[in-house]
Formats: sequence, structure tokens, C-alpha cells
Amino acid sequence: MSMMDWIDARFPATKMMKEHLSEYYAPKNFNFWYFFGSLALLILVLQIITGIFLTMNYKPDAELAFASVEYIMRDVEWGWLIRYLHSTGASAFFVVIYLHMFRGLMYGSYKQPRELIWIFGMLLYVVLMAEAFMGYLLPWGQMSYWGAQVIISLFGALPVIGEDLALWIRGDYVVADATLNRFFAMHVIALPIVLLGLVAAHILALHEVGSNNPDGVEIKKHKDENGKPLDGIPFHPYYTVKDLVGVVVFLFIFSLVLFYLPEFGGWFLERDNFIPADPLKTPEHIVPLWYFTPFYAILRAVPDKLFGVIAMGLAIVMLFLLPWLDRSKTRSIRYRGPYFRTALVVFVISFLALGYLGTQPATSLYTLLAQIFTILYFAFFLLMPIYTAFDKDKPVPERVTYK
Amino acid sequence: MSDSIDTGKRRFLTAAASVVGGAGMVAVAIPFVSSIAPSAKAEAAGAPVQIDISQLEPGQLLTVEWRGKPVWIFRRTEEVLNTLISLNDELRDPQSTQTQQPEYAQNETRSIRKDVMVMVGICTHLGCSPTYRPEIAPNDLGANWKGGFFCPCHGSRFDLAGRVYQGVPAPTNLEVPPYHFQGDNIVIVGEDAQGAA
Amino acid sequence: MRNLTLAAFISIFSLFSTFAFAAGPSSKLDKVDIDLHDKASLQRGAQTFMNYCLSCHGASLMRYNRMAKDLGLTEDQVAENLMFTTDKIGETMQIAMRPEDAKRWFGVVPPDLSVIARARGTDWLYTYLRTFYLDETRPMGTNNLAFKDVGMPHVLWEQQGYQSIDEDGRLSVVQEGELNPRQYDMMSRDLVNFLAYISEPSKLQRLALGKWVLLYLAIFFVIALALKKAYWKDVH
Repeated sequence: MSMMDWIDARFPATKMMKEHLSEYYAPKNFNFWYFFGSLALLILVLQIITGIFLTMNYKPDAELAFASVEYIMRDVEWGWLIRYLHSTGASAFFVVIYLHMFRGLMYGSYKQPRELIWIFGMLLYVVLMAEAFMGYLLPWGQMSYWGAQVIISLFGALPVIGEDLALWIRGDYVVADATLNRFFAMHVIALPIVLLGLVAAHILALHEVGSNNPDGVEIKKHKDENGKPLDGIPFHPYYTVKDLVGVVVFLFIFSLVLFYLPEFGGWFLERDNFIPADPLKTPEHIVPLWYFTPFYAILRAVPDKLFGVIAMGLAIVMLFLLPWLDRSKTRSIRYRGPYFRTALVVFVISFLALGYLGTQPATSLYTLLAQIFTILYFAFFLLMPIYTAFDKDKPVPERVTYK
Repeated sequence: MSDSIDTGKRRFLTAAASVVGGAGMVAVAIPFVSSIAPSAKAEAAGAPVQIDISQLEPGQLLTVEWRGKPVWIFRRTEEVLNTLISLNDELRDPQSTQTQQPEYAQNETRSIRKDVMVMVGICTHLGCSPTYRPEIAPNDLGANWKGGFFCPCHGSRFDLAGRVYQGVPAPTNLEVPPYHFQGDNIVIVGEDAQGAA
Repeated sequence: MRNLTLAAFISIFSLFSTFAFAAGPSSKLDKVDIDLHDKASLQRGAQTFMNYCLSCHGASLMRYNRMAKDLGLTEDQVAENLMFTTDKIGETMQIAMRPEDAKRWFGVVPPDLSVIARARGTDWLYTYLRTFYLDETRPMGTNNLAFKDVGMPHVLWEQQGYQSIDEDGRLSVVQEGELNPRQYDMMSRDLVNFLAYISEPSKLQRLALGKWVLLYLAIFFVIALALKKAYWKDVH
């Protein structure tokens, strides 16, 4: 009896390998946009490993935190590499996640029967934002400090309980040692556990219903005599070798940034964050990290503290509701009608524009622009039940198109 | 699926990718593994220490810290040096053949100067710090005790040159750190005379 | 289609890096040419730093022995010529001045300069060092174009001399120093070069390693692509 038989009699190792890799049938027509799922998983692993090694030298103490990060950058052997891997990885994570989500939007991957995959994915996105936000406090530079101060103050906008809630989150009257310590706990253990659980749920749900594809047709409808989808190929080896190419290309771009532009001109590591946190002096121009700026722009576009916070929250809630807002039977952008195609273009432009505006000082012109794009952002979602119901979709082919 | 699959090519490329990818993984592991080694800060804290022994009386023991470990410096009297030779039969490694000391301390007294002994005060058994018992034949250590070090953790015994007795748990003699003298009264622990640590 | 997306991706990427921090400080900054490979410049900068900066400003994250290694100096050379605040080569560049005293003398605590080049940028530092001018209204008698109402006096006045400002904001030397303007610019450049070095001592190591990593990935890409093609041959 072989070693594998011994294990399989006690643990479903081979069975799981088959279910999720060698006998998981994925559509053969995946394109460029289908690399980002596996890349997100790669970055998650990277962040966890580098994070573990960073915690070995980092000190979550307001007196020591700033210097301990520089200690890692100088005194710890190869510490600079591990730290840059982690800081560049954080931004890369969001680049990949945004492209991954955009793929879902284009090919209708959120639609029935994949609503739960989308919901788990959205939860991942929200937890990831919390993870990144709390992680950014840890270097205890000026941007860390004032960014956290501003974002936590948002909770103060809530009626009645707001101020007490913000106080409770901080554990002090301003962002202070207590805040740093609890954010550290959340960042290094609590949220990563939630992330891992959600990733498992995301992938299990995906493998239950099967992957969507650029044509948005269900490959399970056409099977051969053995019950295998005619347009499906086993994930392993076909997509493992294909994703390997994607991984190498990604790592190339990632290394370019890591070794030659780790600050990325101030977008990944901000200049003011090389000044230790000073509770008495706010930097002239606070910019949130680039991946939060679209929502930050929406917050500032609304001329009321409470409604601004609500609008920002709703901007994310809208994404959760997508599976039910979209009334079209057609999944893929390839066969969608002109209304949806136009709406999607407007949405992408609005999102990018808001992202840019969130990095700029709020002049009256920029505020007006932010208001226009905020309306367009919400119009994409709120009008969706109407324009998708009346859209002139093209006929969808029976089988996937390949080559 | 066609039947023109070139399995040989696939196998070769899989092997190539595994080897090159595996080499990459090993290369990535190096920074992570070496990041756990002592940092520049720890190395700076572990730098050589200077000790002035002009006030050290014969029989007196001075404990200094070097790399976080206790290092003993004590002066031995003529009588102590004489008894050291008579103990040889009771010791595990009287000639210090095991490398527990720099070459310049591999001699009968395990020291550069006969009168001044320098050694790391950590028992070679499990890392406790033995106690200095210079008195002859105390009640608790028995009539044969000629003065030395006694480890309270597991009862290991060493003589006043740090040599281990037979029949105790400690396997080797106490460690002698690299050290040298600057003039008569300055000992530098952590550095050989030529400067290499 | 695929190439197009990739090209778009890369161009967006590079766009971001160029536009970043276009909105910097309002005053115009003079460009300085930083060269971390220029060890002679770094050594001169270190000398200026130790003599003129390291009495009020610390660089408490930078170790002397690391500097010795990176600047091509022996530890004895550093100990004899550049170490005034400690006698241990493994120590960081600390100062003895107490923060309370500093606050009383200058109104603010002089910032630690370990990562100042990453916080301010090298152009700013270069401009700052060269644009002190006489201003009767200031407690120290001088002001600065890059840093309005700065608390720090013009420490290098012996070298640069004193400048005055006209209504258009132009500076001109009114009392000559030991160095001519070109020499003083060189001195400032060396100092900024040194500050850039201590703000990220591992930078040269990073740039050197980058090439090899990219080369490795390029080779791996060829193998991975061939592997993918060998498998995908039978997908029709």
C-alpha cells in the first residue's frame, strides 16, 4: 500500500486535489482578465509571510514604532527587502483586486448563480480595506497618524453615539498609543484570520458553481459522454501553467516597483510618513492612500458631515447589491446592449476621476467635479434596474468562443 | 484533444520550470532566514568590553557582561595554581583538548596570564550560571573540594581553571572567550590580540 | 487586444509615478544631482555633517560602523576623524543636547536627520542650505526661502557668507564667506548627498539586487511560456 493510500484512507488529500485542481473544469476561453484571482492569492500569501517577519522586529508602541520600522530598514539583515515587499505588496493587492472586480463587472460574474461568490468577494474587499487602513497606522509617521485621525473621526459623524464610538475605537481622546496597539492586534491577527476564512468561502463557492468566462455562457450545459464539460479543461495542469506565466509577468512588474520605485513617487510610501507622528501638527496636505481616494472624494463632495459619511458607505453598499440591480439575462459585455456598455464606461471614468480628485485639494472647481462624478457613480447603480431591463442585448452563443 | 502531444517536451519543460522556480524559492528564502540572525544593533551591543582589573585582589571574582552573558575575571593565587596540576586525574579533559578556548588559552591554566583567569560563566550542561566556591572542603561540597565552581542546577563541578570534573552532567570545560590584555591592568573581552572577534 | 491592455496598464502606471507630488511646495526648488556612488562626495558630506549638523541634529537611526563600511572608510578613520559624540563605533549618531534646552534656544526641537531626505526631498534640502538671507525681524537674524521663518540660524555662514534679499525675492551676497558661490554649492551638494545616503543606506544594495531579480524573472518567463504552450497545444 502506498503512502498516498494510507493518507487518503484517513484524509481526503487526493480527493481534494482532484476536486479543486486536476478535475476542476474551467472554461478554456479565459483571457487576460482571469489572471488576477490567482495573483490576489499570491499576494495574500506574500503579505502574510512578510508580515510575520516584520512583526519579529516591529514595536507597536507610540514611542518606539517609527524607529523600529527604520531599524528594520537598516539594522535587520535584509529587513529593507522584507519591508518593501510588504509595503509594495499592499498597493499591488489593491491594483490586482480592482482589476479582478472590474473583470466581474465586465463579464457579469456576479449574476445568478454566482451571487454568493460576489458577496464573499465584496466582504473580502471591505475587510482588506480595514486591514490596509490599520496597517498604515503602524509606521507611526505623520500620514499614518493624521489619516487615522480623520478616518476615525468619520464615525463621530453618526448621530447620538458618534462621538462616543470614535472615542471607543481610539481608546483615547486622540489617536494614541492605545490606538496603535489595538490596530496592531487587528492588523496582524484578527483581520488576517477573517480574510483567510473569506478566501476559503470565496473559492469553495466558485468551485461549487464553476467559473464564469468572457462569453458568459454556462459550460456545464454541454457535456461529453463522461460528463465532462465540452468547453472545460482541467484547472491543473492547463491553468496552473498559464497562471504561472501570469505570476512571472506580475512579479516582473512588481520587482520593477520594489527595487526601483518603492515609494512610487509618494503614492505607495508618502513623504510625510518619513516624519514621526506629531499630534500637535497636521501636515499641510493630507492624502489618503491611493486605493481609498474614490471614496474619500465622495465623502468630500457631500457638503454635510453625516450625509457625506452615509454617501461614502452607500458607495460600497451599492457594489454588494449589484447581483440584484442588474436585470439583464446576458452576462458578458460582449453581448450586452449599448445602454449597459455606455453605463459601464461612464462608471469607470467616474471611479477613476473620483480617485484622482480624492488626491487633490478641494478647490471649488474640483468639488463641483467630484459632485458630478459622485452622481454618475450612483446613477450607474440606481438606474441599473431600468437600463438593463430595456437594453438591446445581442444573442448569446451556445458555446464559448475560442480562437 | 489531438494525439500529437509531445510528452517528452512537456516533461522536460516541467522539470526545467521546477528547477528554476525551486532555485528562485530558495533564493527568496535566504533573506527571510538571515533576517532572524543578530541585527546590527545586537552586534553593536555585543561589541568587545574593556575591564580595568587594577583593583582586583587575589581570590576575588569580577563578573562583567559580554553579549548578554556573564564573564568572570578572577585572580588566582600561587597555591591555587599549584593545586590545579594535582587535580588532573579527576577531570574529564585536563589538557583542554576540546575547543572550548582560543588557542592562546589552551594550556595548563587555560589563560594568557597564569594569575588572571577569564571565562564565560555559563555551565556547559544546560546554560545555568555556576557559583564561585573558592573555599577548601566546605560541608556541602565534601572534603575533596579544592575550590572551584559548582552549578546549582544539576550539580556540575569545575575547578578554578573552568575544567569539568568527571562524573557530573556537564560534558565539557567552561568556555574561555576571546580576550587580550592592554598593558597590565586592562582586559579586553570579545577580541583577540590581532583584533578579530 | 491583450497587448493593448498591457500597454494601457503600463502607461497608467508610469503616469502615476510622474504626476505624483506635482503639487509640492509653492516656492521653486533648485535641482541637485545626487550620486550615491560618489564616495568622495559622501565622505566630504559626512565631514560637514559631523562638524556642523551633529551638535543640534541627531541621526539616531544611523550607525557609525555602517557608514564606515558603505563610505569605504576604516573604522579607525571614522573613529578618529568623524566621531565626536561617542567612542563606540557601533553606536548611532546621537547628540547630547536635551530636547528641552533645544526648545528654549531655538523655539523648536531640531528634527532628527536620519530620514529627512526622504521626508523633504533632496532638492528642497539643497535649496534650503543655500537660501539663508539676512532678516532683522527674526530672532537669529536670518530667514530662509525654502523654509519661511525657520528657527535654525545660518550655521554655514562662515563658508557662504551672508546674503540679502531684494523686493523681487532675489538673493545676493553682501558679506563674502570663505568659499565662493560655486564651492559653497559643491559643499551643499555633498552634504545633501550624504543626507540622501543616510536616509536609505540600503539603497545601492537594492538597486544592485534589482537587476539580478529582473534577469532571473526574464529567464523564468521564457521557460514558463514554453511550458504553457506545450500544454495548451492540445486545447482547440
